[in-house]
Amino acid sequence: MNTAADQLLVFVILLNILILGTRRTKLAIRAIATQGIVLGLLPLMTHSFQSHILIITIFVLLAKGVCIPWLLLGALKKTESGEELQPVFGYSGNIMAGAVATVLAFVFAARLPLATLHQGLLIVPASLATILAGFIAIANRRKAINQVVGYLMLENGIFIFGLLLTEAMPLMVEAGALLDLIAGIFVMGLIIKQISREFSSIDTSRMTALREVE
Amino acid sequence: MLILLLTLIPLLGALTAALIPSNSRRPIVLPIVACLQLLLVIAVTVTGPPQTGNGWIHLDAIGKLFLLEFSILFAACAFYAVNYLQYRKERNNRVLCSGFLVCLSAMTLATAAHHLGLLWLAIETTTLAMAPLVYFNRNARSIEATWKYMLICSIGIALALLGILFLAYSTLVAGLPPSLNLETLQGYAPKLPQVWLSGAFILMLVGYGTKMGLAPMHTWKPDAYGEAPGLVGAMLAGGLANCGLLGLIRIYQICMASSEVHFYKSCLIGMGLFSIALAAIFLVRQTDIKRMLAYSSVEHMGLFAVALGLGGKALYGVMLHLIGNGLAKGVLFLASGNIHRAFASKNREFARGTLKRAPWTGALFLAGFMAMTGSPPFLTFASEFAFFSAAFSQGHIITGALLALLLMLAFLGMSLTVVPVVFGDPPKNRERTKYHERALLVVPPLALLICLGILGIWLPQPLYRLVNEATALLEVAR
Amino acid sequence: MGYDLASILKTCDLQRSDSEGCNVADILIHCVLIICMPPLLLGVINRTKATVAGRTGAPLLQPYHDLFRLLRKGSVFSRSTTWIFRAGPIVTLAATLAAALLIPLGNHPPPFSFNGDMILFVYLLALGRFFTASAALDTGSSFEGMGAAREVTFSCLAEPVICIALLVLSRLSGSLSLSGILTHSSLALWMNSGAALVLLVAGLFFVLLSENCRIPFDDPTTHLELTMIHEVLVLDHSGPALGMILYGAALKLYILGALFLHVLLPLRVASPLMDWLVFVGSIILLAVIIGMVESGMARYRLVRLPQLLLAACVLSAFAMMLVVR
Repeated sequence: MNTAADQLLVFVILLNILILGTRRTKLAIRAIATQGIVLGLLPLMTHSFQSHILIITIFVLLAKGVCIPWLLLGALKKTESGEELQPVFGYSGNIMAGAVATVLAFVFAARLPLATLHQGLLIVPASLATILAGFIAIANRRKAINQVVGYLMLENGIFIFGLLLTEAMPLMVEAGALLDLIAGIFVMGLIIKQISREFSSIDTSRMTALREVE
Repeated sequence: MLILLLTLIPLLGALTAALIPSNSRRPIVLPIVACLQLLLVIAVTVTGPPQTGNGWIHLDAIGKLFLLEFSILFAACAFYAVNYLQYRKERNNRVLCSGFLVCLSAMTLATAAHHLGLLWLAIETTTLAMAPLVYFNRNARSIEATWKYMLICSIGIALALLGILFLAYSTLVAGLPPSLNLETLQGYAPKLPQVWLSGAFILMLVGYGTKMGLAPMHTWKPDAYGEAPGLVGAMLAGGLANCGLLGLIRIYQICMASSEVHFYKSCLIGMGLFSIALAAIFLVRQTDIKRMLAYSSVEHMGLFAVALGLGGKALYGVMLHLIGNGLAKGVLFLASGNIHRAFASKNREFARGTLKRAPWTGALFLAGFMAMTGSPPFLTFASEFAFFSAAFSQGHIITGALLALLLMLAFLGMSLTVVPVVFGDPPKNRERTKYHERALLVVPPLALLICLGILGIWLPQPLYRLVNEATALLEVAR
Repeated sequence: MGYDLASILKTCDLQRSDSEGCNVADILIHCVLIICMPPLLLGVINRTKATVAGRTGAPLLQPYHDLFRLLRKGSVFSRSTTWIFRAGPIVTLAATLAAALLIPLGNHPPPFSFNGDMILFVYLLALGRFFTASAALDTGSSFEGMGAAREVTFSCLAEPVICIALLVLSRLSGSLSLSGILTHSSLALWMNSGAALVLLVAGLFFVLLSENCRIPFDDPTTHLELTMIHEVLVLDHSGPALGMILYGAALKLYILGALFLHVLLPLRVASPLMDWLVFVGSIILLAVIIGMVESGMARYRLVRLPQLLLAACVLSAFAMMLVVR
């Protein structure tokens, strides 16, 4: 029963690499929505059925699968989506870095002491790999929306780690975290629209006015 | 319960502010709520022994000190806002007023939160609430500042959440019933596996340190503090940075109860010294007043980190300094807001001779600078003295010496900007703005300054008791 | 078990000690298939593309007609070439044929099989590629040099995928010989290590398209030299040599397709005859799929191709990590 969860986590890691390497922003947003949906289904697979897990699942599916992509696609529509911007180290660099990060995550996770019932699961490596991939995405991309997608990947990675604690963490905190995520994405979407209006582009490398003179 | 009341009043105020249609009447809500809040807070802190609430919400001595500082600062900012917003009539202040009040409510909740998850939620809410306020000036520079603020602070907060998850998981690995309650975790601390605990500490140090503004996660600070209005900057520096400090203090309490404390202390001291050094370097020849204040904030947050790492007598200084730093930053930012209005610029090239153009503001700015850098008779002198005496008496000679050197460098750097701004003659070829020294623009910072002065000389008995209790809470079984 | 000549001859002997009882009939059918079937695959692919495009297209046996026509023609050799140019197509075809004798088709053991033959397999294909590229460089023409550079660069990224895939399969099956590795696939294996196998299938499909110069890596019907990769390598060959190259390319598609099918389909049918038929059917189906993939997309920009191959590398490396963990 747990190998099904493992296969899904492999799919999640593959989505990371896809998001790192794709040049189409719409595809990246759809991929992160898919990742969110898969993550929403995971609690049902790793834990026995309880009502509060069902509530979490529905909430996550709505938030990550519907709400957030809708906000992001709305922001994308209002901004120019013309020129493709090369990430700082190129797409190949992104993919390589993502692959290296995944390997490092697996190596590092093997050294962490786990509770007995979690031994041998892919949750910790997948979570670390997704977090690192999120960092790479934020650092390497120039368009503001891609940076938000990277941030969402970071949050997804943290959510995967939270799967180990579904019984321990009270529902309210998870719900609150998700609400904050939605609100955060909403604010970021608004900011992106303003950026686009002000600079007529969402290339964050053009925002250099506030650099230190010295 | 009283805490819930304290949290709900600002929320109701925010709702009211959002509903009032008139732009000029709206700021009145701010002082009303602030006064109510302040009275309640003084009642709570002065009277009575700590309340025993349930595990989630409980106002202990540390929380009371933070709450006191937030409320006093907010009251000053609220009164200031009434006149300030009259000078900014061209902008709609609905978002400003509501956001301010929501932020106050979230900060209040954070001080009382004893469940780490609830604390995290409250701090995240303050981040979100202040984001639109940084964008108040609506130009290209402030959108850049807002974007950096939002992205970097969100990443930091996410890392702090991961740290909390690590902490919760460490209890599972140790075979103990999982809990995120502060006291329970303190009890568990010696039995938790070190790998997970250190991981949690580092993540929360980086995460909450981003919110505080420790280097190297401080890059959003100069931009955000620089582009936000002075009013917002005061709340950011005195309120939000302190929220980050609160988060750090909570994880500090847990980690200090465990077995290997040396690692945590060296992390804190290292990061703190790095922040102070970086801030001192960037403070020199800083032409923008508000960015200078931002680096000063980075410096003081670094000072907090070093003091927490030193432990012992320095913890008493931490408690004093959190009030002193918050109020002094309030003075400086409010005064800098006045300077910006008076000269239509915050660059020291154009904002010169404040004593001649706006005498009260100039005097306040200068006195605030003295307070910030720790000169007697202000409260910050007592706290910084406590830091130094702790460093030297506990044998951290090098740390103490570095601290002295860097603080002196920072003082010199700041004075290079402050002195030309305050003294001298106003620039001749700039047209004179419509700014006049109005009562409410001057009295709040003056009140804060007088508070600092009085507290520096005499601590009222209830406050003294409170500070001692808070210090005792920090000096956990070592 | 030593690797001296006697033991090698023994394993190449018609009497084998390990397998399920060898069969002269099996070997004969294997040889007949690898000699006769490959051009049919090319015909199927072209026919599929034509049908999808709404044309009638060339007859299915057209590649055979092309080969016979080329064999009857004379050759033209440039004065600036040396023996390498004449040797290139011959060595390539020989190497590919030798590699074809190592691959099991269907569930039947191949004519030659010994421990470590997977390394020989990869190197035989590489030898073929080396000689093709050398022959291209030998002409001294700039177009062919460009094509050789591109071909070799892409193979740098594609070969690790095959190597890693073989490593993973070897680890899963516990055998070191191609026949053991590739015939081990079964439904139970898919249930256990499904994720790793899916990753391998994806990576190998990319490599299948890349090594055989199919869209999206290379357009076999283009006539613009600057966009060619493999076509431009063989621009100067003519007559029987061109025929050998064409046939060799088809054979390479056949054996890599057989390798791919082993990983993809865990089919086990009881009777040997049914097995051969299933194999023939499935490889023709694979050709149809390749044809449809080719019709469905355009050739990618040249700068995107290394990224695709890198993604295939990453996929297979990931599969290895999952299996090794």
